[in-house]
Amino acid sequence: MFYRENGQFKTNYKADQQIFAITQDRWAVLALIAFAFIGVPMMVDEYLFRAILIPFLILALAAVGLNILVGYCGQLSLGSGAFMAIGAYGAYNFIMRIEGMPLILALLLGGVCATIAGIVFGIPSLRVRGLYLAVATLAAQFFWDWAFLRIGWFTIYTPSGSVAVSNLQVFGWTINSPVEKYWFCLGFLTVFALLAKNLVRSAIGRNWMAIRDMDVAAAVIGIQPLYAKLSAFAVSSFIIGVAGGLWGFVHLGGWEPAAFDIQRSFQLLFMVIIGGMGSIMGSMFGAAFIVALPIFLNQALPVVGSWVGVTISTAGIAHAEFMIFGALIVWFLIVEPHGLARLWSIGKQKMRIWPFPH
Amino acid sequence: MAFFLETLLGGLMAGMLYSLVALGFVLIFKASGVFNFAQGAMVLFAALAMARFSEWLPQWLGFDNLLLANVLAFLIAGILMFGIAWLVERLVLRHLVNQDGATLLMATLGITYFIDGLGQSLFGSDIYQINIGMPKEPVFLLDSVFEGGLMVNLEDVYAAIIAASLVILLTIFFNKTITGRALRAVADDHQAAQSVGIPLNHIWVVVWCVAGLVALVAGMIWGSKMGVQFSLSTVALRALPVIILGGLTSVPGAIIGGLIIGVGEKLSEVFLGGYVGGGIEIWFAYMLALVVLMFRPQGLFGEKIIDRV
Amino acid sequence: MAKREIGDVILDVENISLRFGGVNALSDISFDVREHEVRAIIGPNGAGKSSMLNCINGVYQPQEGQISFRGNTFKHMNSRQVAEMGIARTFQNLALFKGMSVIDNIMTGRNLRIKSNIFLQALRIGPAEREESEHREYVEQIIDFLEIQAHRKTPVGQLPYGLQKRVDLGRALAMEPQVLLLDEPMAGMNMEEKQDMSRFILDVNEEFGSTIVLIEHDMGVVMDISDRVVVLDYGKKIGDGTPEEVRANEDVISAYLGTSH
Repeated sequence: MFYRENGQFKTNYKADQQIFAITQDRWAVLALIAFAFIGVPMMVDEYLFRAILIPFLILALAAVGLNILVGYCGQLSLGSGAFMAIGAYGAYNFIMRIEGMPLILALLLGGVCATIAGIVFGIPSLRVRGLYLAVATLAAQFFWDWAFLRIGWFTIYTPSGSVAVSNLQVFGWTINSPVEKYWFCLGFLTVFALLAKNLVRSAIGRNWMAIRDMDVAAAVIGIQPLYAKLSAFAVSSFIIGVAGGLWGFVHLGGWEPAAFDIQRSFQLLFMVIIGGMGSIMGSMFGAAFIVALPIFLNQALPVVGSWVGVTISTAGIAHAEFMIFGALIVWFLIVEPHGLARLWSIGKQKMRIWPFPH
Repeated sequence: MAFFLETLLGGLMAGMLYSLVALGFVLIFKASGVFNFAQGAMVLFAALAMARFSEWLPQWLGFDNLLLANVLAFLIAGILMFGIAWLVERLVLRHLVNQDGATLLMATLGITYFIDGLGQSLFGSDIYQINIGMPKEPVFLLDSVFEGGLMVNLEDVYAAIIAASLVILLTIFFNKTITGRALRAVADDHQAAQSVGIPLNHIWVVVWCVAGLVALVAGMIWGSKMGVQFSLSTVALRALPVIILGGLTSVPGAIIGGLIIGVGEKLSEVFLGGYVGGGIEIWFAYMLALVVLMFRPQGLFGEKIIDRV
Repeated sequence: MAKREIGDVILDVENISLRFGGVNALSDISFDVREHEVRAIIGPNGAGKSSMLNCINGVYQPQEGQISFRGNTFKHMNSRQVAEMGIARTFQNLALFKGMSVIDNIMTGRNLRIKSNIFLQALRIGPAEREESEHREYVEQIIDFLEIQAHRKTPVGQLPYGLQKRVDLGRALAMEPQVLLLDEPMAGMNMEEKQDMSRFILDVNEEFGSTIVLIEHDMGVVMDISDRVVVLDYGKKIGDGTPEEVRANEDVISAYLGTSH
C-alpha cells in the first residue's frame, strides 16, 4: 500500500535507468544518508564509532571493491588483503616521502599503486579461472605479506614492517575525534559507492557481467576479455587499496603487515558472499553483518551459556565465531546464493504488494 | 656439496609431507569434482583428535601402554573423520550438486572455518604432542664419502615410507576395486554415473572418508614432527601450489609436485634467501605455481581443461 | 524468399579444414554467400555445421583454408575483428548472460558502438548519459520488433526457452550485423514458435537487409525460407544449390533426407 509505484511514469530512458527508480526508494536513501551524516553522531558514543561504525564503513568500501571483481566480473580473488596492504603502505610512502602531500591525495595514490599491482596480478585471469585463479591471487597475498615485512624500502626502514601515522589533516581541518573519522570514512564510502554503482549499470558493468556469465559468448559480441577482466581488477584494486589506506590511517593509526593477511582476504570474501554477489548494497549488508556478528556473539553467547549452565571463555567465543561463520557461509551458499541482498529485494517485493499476500 | 645434498634430502622429505596433504585434495577432486579447501582443517582436526585421545584414553581407562593408546586414538580419530565425511556429504554436498566450481570452493571454505572452530572447541587450542615412537635423533649417512656424513632425519624417512605405502594402497584401491572404478566414473560425469546406477551420495561419503583417512595419516606424521598446533591448518595453503604443479587430477602428480615444491622451497630459501632478506619459502611455492598456471594450467600430469561453446 | 535483390558474394569460404586431434571436423569445405540472401547449412548431427560457423566467427581456428569477407581475406578470424566487421551470431545452446535482464543482454550487443571511457561512465555525466539513452532507444526498437516488451526487465534465466531464443536473436541484431549467423534458431520450438521465428528471420532479412546464414534441421523451414542450401556430412560438402536442386540430389537423399517408402 505504501510502496506502490502507481502513478510513477517514466517519460524518458534517463529516468527509467536511474539508480533508484522508485520515488519511495529515492527518499528513503536520501533520508538514510542524511541520518548517517547528521543523526548518527548525535546518538552514538565513542566506543560504537571505534568498534563498529568506522570498521564497518571501511570494510564496506573494500567489500564494494571486491564485489566488483568477484560478484560482477566473476573472478575469484583470495588476495584482497594484499591490495589493502599496498594501498596502505603506498599512501604511507607518499605522505612520508613527499613534503606537504595532502591526505586525500595520498590515499588515492595508494589506491593507484594497488591498481597497478592489481592489473599485474590479474594477468593470470586471462589464462585461468575459478580455483586456479584463486591460487594465483594467493600468490599475490603471500608475496606482498613477505615484501612488506622484509623489504625495508616499503616501510622506510622501520623494523618489522610496523608503521604509524599521526596528525591527519584535510584542508587544514584535523581529523582527530571518532566523529570526524566517521565522517571522513562515510564521505569516502558514499562517493565510491555512487561511482561503483554508475560503473556497474553502464557498458563496462554489463561487459563484466557478460564475462562472468559466459566469456566465450562475450568475445563473439566483441567484448574484449582482456580489457574487461583487467579493468575489473584495476577498479576493484583501486577501491580496495583506498580502503586499505583508510584502514591503516584512520582506523588503526599504525599497522604491520599482519593487519592485511589472508584472514582479511577471507573476511572480505565472506562479506561479499553473505551480502550478495553482484550487488553494491549487498556488500554493505555483508560488511555490517560480519562486523556486527563478533560483537553480538560476545554479548549473546555468555548469556546463552549461562542458560545451559556452561561458562564460555573468550577463546570459546572465538571458536564459536569460527564455527558460526563457517556454517553461515555454507548456509547462504545453499539457501540463498545471492545473499542478504536477495533477501532484501524479496522483502521489498513483498512490501510492494502489501497488504496482499501475492 | 654435502650441504647441498642435505638440503636436497631435507627438501624431499618436506615435499613428501606436502604430497600427503595434496593427496587428500586430489582424491576428492578426482572423485567429486569438488576442490576441498577444508583438507588442511581436516588434517588439523584429525591430528588434534589423535593427540588428545592418546592423552585422555590412558587417563580415562587407566592403562599405561603407549602403543595401545596410539592405536585406539588412531581408530577413534578415524571414526571421527568418517563422521565428518558423512556430515559434510549430508548437509553440504547433497545440496550443492549442480553448482559451479567457485560456489563449491567457497562452501569448502566455510567448512574449513567450521571444522577449525569445532576442533579447537572440542580439543583445545594449545600445542599438543603426538608420540608414535618416531626416532628424533638424526643419523649420518655415507660418512665414507662425505666428511662427517650427510645428516638425515630418520623420522622423515619413516614418514616417506608411510606416505609411499599409502599412495600404493590408494592406487590399488582406485584401479583394482569396484568402488574405485565407481569413484573414477563419478569424477568423470556425475549424471552419467548416476544413470548407470552408481549412488552418488554413497560415493561421496566414501571419498571424503578416504580423504579423511589420508588427512589423519598426514596429521599424525606432521603432528609427530612438529607438534599439533593451529598453524597446521595452514598447511593446506602450502599444499595448493603442489596440486597446481602436479595437476589437480593426478595422484602421481601430487607426489612429484610435492617433492619438487619441497626441494624448491628448501633450496631457494637456503641459497637465495640470504640475498632478499629470508623467509621466501612460502611465496616461492606460489610463484612457481603461478608460472606453471600461465603456461600449463593443467600442471605436469593433469588432464587438459577444455571449454565447449 | 528474400524480397531484396540478392547481390554479389559477401562471404567466401575456401578450402576450410578443421581438425581436433585425430578427428576431421571439416574437410576442404568451400562455399560462398551472397549479399542479402538466406543461405542454409544442413546435414546430420556431427556433420560439422556448428564448427563451420565457429570458424567464420573466430571461435575455432581452421588448420587450412581461408575466409574472405567483402573481398578481405583472412587465414585466421579473430572474434573481435569479426564482430567489428559486422558478423553476428546466435548460439545453439543459447549462451545468454543468465544473470542479466533482457534489456541488459541486448545492450551488450551495442558494446562495440559505445564510445565513452570508464571514467565518464563512472561519473555518468553528459556524453555517457546520452549514449546510454541513445543505445537504450535502439535496443527498445529491437525489443518491439521481437515482441518481448513485457519481459524487458526479467532476468533472462527465468524466461521460457522460446523467449530466450528471441533474446539471443535480439542481442545479435543489436550489433547491426551485415551477416547474421544463426545456429539452429528453431531448435526445441513448437510449430507456432517456429512460424514466429521464421517470420522474424525473414523480417530481419527484408527490413534490416542482413544476409542470413542459418543452420537448421527442419526441412520444411529450410525449403521455405532459404535461397540456397549447403549440405554437409561428416565434415564434407555433399550438396550446394537451391532448395529444389538439393532436395533432388542423390547423395543428400541417401545421407540425410531419406526417401519415403
